[in-house]
Amino acid sequence: MLYLSVFVLIPVAAVVSKAFSTGLGDFWTSVTNSISLTALENTLVISLIVALIGSLMGTIVAWVLVRDEFAGKRVLTSIIDLPFALPTIVASLALLGLYGTGSPVGVDLALTKTIIGVALLFVTLPFVVRSVQPVLLELDTEVEEAAASLGAANSVTFRRVVLPALRPAIVSGTALSFARCMGEYGSIVLLATKVPIASLIIYNDVESGTTQSAAGLSVGLLVITLAILFGLRGWESIRAR
Amino acid sequence: MLVRPFWRYSLRTVALAYLAVILVAPVVFIFIKTFEHGLATAWSYVTTPAAISAFWLSVLIAAIAVPLNTIFGVGTAIVLIRTKARGRRLLDALIDIPFVVSPVIVGLALVLVYGINGWFGSWFADHGIQIIFAPAGMIIATVFVSLPFCVREVAPVLMEVGTEQEQAATTLGASSWQTFWRITLPSIRQGVAYGVVLTTARSLGEIGAVAVVSSNVLGSTVSLPLLVKYRTTTPGPGGISAAYATGTELAVMSLIVLLAMTLLAPQRKEAR
Repeated sequence: MLYLSVFVLIPVAAVVSKAFSTGLGDFWTSVTNSISLTALENTLVISLIVALIGSLMGTIVAWVLVRDEFAGKRVLTSIIDLPFALPTIVASLALLGLYGTGSPVGVDLALTKTIIGVALLFVTLPFVVRSVQPVLLELDTEVEEAAASLGAANSVTFRRVVLPALRPAIVSGTALSFARCMGEYGSIVLLATKVPIASLIIYNDVESGTTQSAAGLSVGLLVITLAILFGLRGWESIRAR
Repeated sequence: MLVRPFWRYSLRTVALAYLAVILVAPVVFIFIKTFEHGLATAWSYVTTPAAISAFWLSVLIAAIAVPLNTIFGVGTAIVLIRTKARGRRLLDALIDIPFVVSPVIVGLALVLVYGINGWFGSWFADHGIQIIFAPAGMIIATVFVSLPFCVREVAPVLMEVGTEQEQAATTLGASSWQTFWRITLPSIRQGVAYGVVLTTARSLGEIGAVAVVSSNVLGSTVSLPLLVKYRTTTPGPGGISAAYATGTELAVMSLIVLLAMTLLAPQRKEAR
């Protein structure tokens, strides 16, 4: 508990206290000025879209890795973890070169929101796959076979049998991805030079010495992230009943 | 669920195409870019004094952050799973803070606490200890962001192993210290190892939190990820090509970590 306090709790408390250090008005200004609002909106919209695409694609990838058989599946299974291992700045650099200006594959996504989304899909890829995969492995195919033998179409079996079993795993993986997207810095630092993103604005504010507005925006970002995570958890526990 | 061949191949194609675009292509691209001017050029970029100092700084950060978080991780997991201490649920929730807080906010927080004008900054300054804009700050930042990994890997394993063997050991007269070293630790070994690997990967690759507390002076507080960022903004021969070389250096280090992960993964399944 002491260790946690020294390294985590005291610093977080410092940010909150700094945000309100010059009064509620300054805090409000630091969150609602036009740059902060644009940054928060961009961050939130991109994170939500990435979390949605990521949960869909992650589930498909997990399905293919568990239920399909093909050559090279083992290699594929092990490279899923690559984004956990690969430093995010390297991902940023690679995507900038590959899909940015002067791209060898002929797409110029430099300075767009799309390339930020791609970077976030890269870093959050393992979250959903790694959370769905074990559940899918344990899932008993007998129930599915029973449903099919009772005349259920594949779409019905998937919706009524498979999806309910996978949903908690998909939701928790998506929640982790979303939280990661909201705060991500490393993988997008080279890509988001023209699109205001909350974490980069905070970084610039700290570098230029305006720590109060940085702290204000930090608190704003944290509150939004936590609100959505709690909302998601609440929705999931209602569905689970 | 019997998926018709058409759907099976469609799903497989979609999954493989997605992974190719998002995952494989960027990684291959980095390697190609690094070696397009030959091995010697790439080698010269990773052996400049700045690059060597960055390499050792990254190693130093990992060498301190990883053991600290491993000891803390195992200890906390035991408290969470094996004891009924009060505040256990609160602790459980607090552990995940670093997963939710942006690394940049972590950096800012450390500046506010340990910086010159920070809460404890003046005390440290009076005693001649510099934390912010020094390696110490970068180490603290890394400890923060990589803190939950070990706990989260060890806790489920500890839960699964159960307490029977530990109880047997205690009944036979083993002290709690003996029980820990002889029974508990060997049975959670795989979880610990996997946690260490994840912590190491994160420590080597962290940039957001350390960028804020680094002075960005080459040769002193620039770790490898920061060097990549620095070089991408530098024009000329020490610029983008050198950044690719450093990127590959980091990628190779992380591939070694990934290899360790893969080697540990099948054993984890057997352990279950």
